[in-house]
Amino acid sequence: MQILAILIPVSLILGGIGLTGFFWAMRTRQFEDPQGDASRILTKDWDDHPRP
Amino acid sequence: MSAAEIPHMVACPACIPGADPVALPLPPARLMLTLPSAHCAVCISTVEAAVLAVPGVQSARVNLTQKRVSVQADAGVTASDLVRVLSGVGYEAHELDPGLLSTTETDRQGRELLMRLGVAFFSMMNIMLLSVAVWSGAEAATRDMFHWISALIAVPTVVFVGQPFFRAAWAALRVGRLGMDVPISLALILATGISLYETAHSGEKAYFDAAVMLSFFLLLGRYLDHRSRALARSAAEELAALEVPRALVLMDGVEMLRPIAEVMRGDLVLVRPGGRMPVDGVVQSGTSELDRGLLTGESLPVFAGPGTAVSAGEVNLTGPLVLRVVAAGRDSSLHRMADLVAVAESAKTRYTTLAERAARLYSPLVHLLSFGAFGFWMWQTDGDLRFAINISAAVLIITCPCALGLAVPAVVTAASGRLFRKGVLIKNGTALERLAEVDTVVFDKTGTLTMGTPELLPGQVPAAVMAVAVALAQASSHPLAAALAQSGAGQGPAAPLTDLREVPGYGIEGRHLGQTVRLGRAEWVGAQPVAMTATYLSCDGTHAFCFTDQIRPGAAAAITELRRQGKSIKLVSGDTAAAVQALALRLSIADWVAGALPAEKVAIVQGLSRAGHKVLMVGDGLNDTGALAAAHVSISPAQALDAARVASDIVLLGRDMAAIGDATRIAGQAKRRMVENFAISAAYNVIAVPLALMGAATPLAAALAMSLSSITVSLNALRLR
Repeated sequence: MQILAILIPVSLILGGIGLTGFFWAMRTRQFEDPQGDASRILTKDWDDHPRP
Repeated sequence: MSAAEIPHMVACPACIPGADPVALPLPPARLMLTLPSAHCAVCISTVEAAVLAVPGVQSARVNLTQKRVSVQADAGVTASDLVRVLSGVGYEAHELDPGLLSTTETDRQGRELLMRLGVAFFSMMNIMLLSVAVWSGAEAATRDMFHWISALIAVPTVVFVGQPFFRAAWAALRVGRLGMDVPISLALILATGISLYETAHSGEKAYFDAAVMLSFFLLLGRYLDHRSRALARSAAEELAALEVPRALVLMDGVEMLRPIAEVMRGDLVLVRPGGRMPVDGVVQSGTSELDRGLLTGESLPVFAGPGTAVSAGEVNLTGPLVLRVVAAGRDSSLHRMADLVAVAESAKTRYTTLAERAARLYSPLVHLLSFGAFGFWMWQTDGDLRFAINISAAVLIITCPCALGLAVPAVVTAASGRLFRKGVLIKNGTALERLAEVDTVVFDKTGTLTMGTPELLPGQVPAAVMAVAVALAQASSHPLAAALAQSGAGQGPAAPLTDLREVPGYGIEGRHLGQTVRLGRAEWVGAQPVAMTATYLSCDGTHAFCFTDQIRPGAAAAITELRRQGKSIKLVSGDTAAAVQALALRLSIADWVAGALPAEKVAIVQGLSRAGHKVLMVGDGLNDTGALAAAHVSISPAQALDAARVASDIVLLGRDMAAIGDATRIAGQAKRRMVENFAISAAYNVIAVPLALMGAATPLAAALAMSLSSITVSLNALRLR
């Protein structure tokens, strides 16, 4: 049963990390254009050199 | 925007060495354009590259979800430049006023809901993890510990996440109504309270997972609902912003571009050929022809000279006109029409949606069941309060409107997403349901079924005469002349002409082989006017060139599709009988009315409604606005006048009309899905409620019923094709 003392906090912390990540994504407006971001990864425009 | 930037620049003097704040260049302008036809990765690259190539543009970013491009550019770059550039690479674009797009408030609400949703999801998952242990047989101290940890997560979550429901429930109770939110709040509070009590007394059943799951699924429905509402509202604002109205005001002989709101009565306004009248006024100087198509439905231009009264919305065709303003902005005829429409609109909001009807039935039933169960078990167990409250909480949780809360928003979101991809923008939340009920479709002609641009009927005159007409037409920008020049472009050389001279308002004249030739209005040329849209030529006698309207792409396909769906089609136009009949024949519409005044259009639509028909009105002009507002549901193309777009529930963003057929089909499907969803959640309740009433509902059963019904309902919504 001692294992619970480790596992429960671990699961809560992992969930907490996910929640913080979600808040961060929302604060930095990553959900503004989901469709566009999904498409942008397919463009070859900046494959050879970074966007100026 | 600029206020935020200047302190930033001053705070960072190293970036602009020796910069004097006064000598800073003009603040960069932020321009916003809609791109109804953008849909893929290539579109993003093409549009961004094309816009960035325009000198003065600093950055351009396409938002594919909203189908918009926002551009940062020097003050010299105008939206019309960008629209031209974009149409050069094959994209239709319309200017938006970024100032009017006040998305901040709805944006904030949406993000708040999303944040609550995230918290609810986190808690639901963790509590579920703990609950699984309890369901699979944890006992005594272990069970109590798990319950306590669940309580630690669940209580703050319910307090934080449940706020939108508690607030709405309180608002409903204060005016003495039972909305959906009252049973929801009651279930949340009761479930959390009874679980806390049970936990404190080492009880067996705790409903923390159910309470949190309930709030998660309900928030999901609320969020979807909010998103489609926000989309509808931003669409309405966007459309109000579509045409940014400006006027060229003459101040002591100097031309100044002014927003329409700053134009005063008595000002002089210059309207260039091709421009739209920004105000009501009287022509002071200049002669020209006016296209009144959008206001009256006439396809034939009318003459305008000094003293002619013009109204806002008419298009100036040939010569520059100086107007003395009689009424501008809020007083103009255009705006008065919009006010009339607002009155008609408010009648439409009285429509009761399926969800409202379901809630009206559902809400009292749930309370009755729950309190009935409480009373029955109090009597049966001789006043065992703990047991009776337990049962009534279980009933409230089981009958939870999870699926009900998701049933409509999920379908509406799926359907409006589908339609948005086809270029159909739904402005009004209930429009989809109303569209599904339509059985009669009334079309306007000019600008709706036709593009409003004329097309020359072939083979009317000998080739030699044609050559002269084309040569004359090439020198004019009048729409009829442009159509004539275009159709003659491939048919051999134009005749040589000298002394070409355009007489604004009348036509164009020149000399051909020593003889004066004229192309223009019948009375000026000396010809006998014909009943159709025509222009006239005097060259060895007189000749008439007749035109028909160019049919909008997809119009025939839309009509075929609507017929296939069993809807009756009617064509009502303000144009002449000959022109309407010709179009009706081409599109094989048997039922048509010509020469209808705006009031007659309204009467026709109202007559159909009184006869029990649900009318879909499709129109674009000011003369249609009354009918658009009077109809059960209405559609207008994006090129329509502001007033018409405001009056209609649905706007077609692209040029293609075929989307109308899709829209009615998808709306029909969506309505069927909603009804199915209600049936599904009712079925779950029919099975689970007796269990709960008998006191046999375990927390596991509640969790299963809730998640299964919610998932089935969402999946069913996604079946829309």
